[in-house]
Amino acid sequence: MAEIKRYDNRLGVWGWLGGGRWGIERYAYILHRLTGLAILLYFLMHVVVTSLRATGQYLWVEGGFFHQPIFKFGEFLVFAAFAYHALNGIRLVLVELGFAVGKPIEPIYPYKTSLNVQRPLLIIMMILAAILLAAGGSEFLGLGK
Amino acid sequence: MTMSKTNTTTREINFHVTRYNPETDRTPYVKTYRIPVREGMTVLDGLHYIKDNVDPTLAWRYSCRMGVCGSCGMLLNGRPTLACNTQVLHIADTDLTVGPLPNFEIIRDLVPDLMTMFEKHSSIQPHILRTDEAGLNSPDGEFYQSPAELEAYLQFAYCIKCGCCMAACPTLATDARYLGPMPLAAAERYDKDTRDDGRRARNEFTGTSHGAFRCHYAGECSRACPKGVDPAKAIQYLKRQLVLDYLHLARRKKPCQKMHGPGQGKPLPNIPAAPAKTV
Ligand code: SF4
Ligand code: SF4
Ligand code: FES
Repeated sequence: MAEIKRYDNRLGVWGWLGGGRWGIERYAYILHRLTGLAILLYFLMHVVVTSLRATGQYLWVEGGFFHQPIFKFGEFLVFAAFAYHALNGIRLVLVELGFAVGKPIEPIYPYKTSLNVQRPLLIIMMILAAILLAAGGSEFLGLGK
Repeated sequence: MTMSKTNTTTREINFHVTRYNPETDRTPYVKTYRIPVREGMTVLDGLHYIKDNVDPTLAWRYSCRMGVCGSCGMLLNGRPTLACNTQVLHIADTDLTVGPLPNFEIIRDLVPDLMTMFEKHSSIQPHILRTDEAGLNSPDGEFYQSPAELEAYLQFAYCIKCGCCMAACPTLATDARYLGPMPLAAAERYDKDTRDDGRRARNEFTGTSHGAFRCHYAGECSRACPKGVDPAKAIQYLKRQLVLDYLHLARRKKPCQKMHGPGQGKPLPNIPAAPAKTV
């Protein structure tokens, strides 16, 4: 059979963002990936930056380079990413071990899916994340002081 | 979503249809057809109208036109779903985009190449696997399965292999080798069948790095599925079983056995005799 030319219609990274219906679990999925990558990037930078300490103590002294507000804010972002990633991760561990998705049911229109079953868990986790972010915000950014 | 009142008047709707001819086009492009749409008309009817009256070169795939064969999966207003199962006026006021299912190659116009999905599907051995092949192939009795045992997999057995879930899955969008929701849900369907003894064989495929653990529960497959199969749920069960099997925590169960052959069963008590023949 002759080779037929095809057009590859795979969505790539755009598929994370815009391929199909948008549901809240998809936002959670995107944010989970992005925060995961961000934490990994932070970890690498962290290793490099702390190793600099061997040669550049002066960067750390009070009023030194690393005490600029941008770094405080950066720390808060890392904390925010961590808080979200950890709490959403707990939901994912529960869901992916088959808890909180419900039992197989007879599909009757309009369909209810496992997404409806686990949604309260998602909401609880996001409320907890918001509380952590508020607490972390007042701590890191000195808003509470 | 706007539901129009019940009436018989027609409305003009712009169908923005993705076109692609592999012999002449380098990339797909969108062509717009303005056609009259009546209450109750499906997207599939609309495509027929275009082919019959406006542009006979338009190509798409369909067969049953009633949500059974799984041929007509398309991207309608950005959502993967069945063209025959979707009424135009339920999803469109003035404009409707009709594209081929993404995450597959396009053969022509609205026809995606579903072979990659079917190859993944057959790789997980989507059929009853037992060591006693002879008992399986000789029809000398029926296997016993309780209604509760049936319900453990029945939902996943309603899949019509339309590929809408594959088109919706963000993981598949970046990992072409990911098995995808349809094949994984099919694996769960057979794993949970009490007649089947092939779970551990299937684990070899579903437990790989491109298997069930690639899924991160974006849930798009379950939202997209036109048959309510809920593949995301099936995949999470599959993961739980994979973990249990890996930790050797799953009880070994024998597949269910055959009941007596025809006419050899013991009749239940208190069942009245059949009435006398009247013909
Ligand atoms: S699981 Fe649903 S969307 Fe996926 S192929 Fe089967 S019927 Fe289609
Ligand atoms: S739940 Fe899993 S298989 Fe379904 S769309 Fe999301 S990542 Fe894909
Ligand atoms: S034509 Fe068969 S499912 Fe749509």
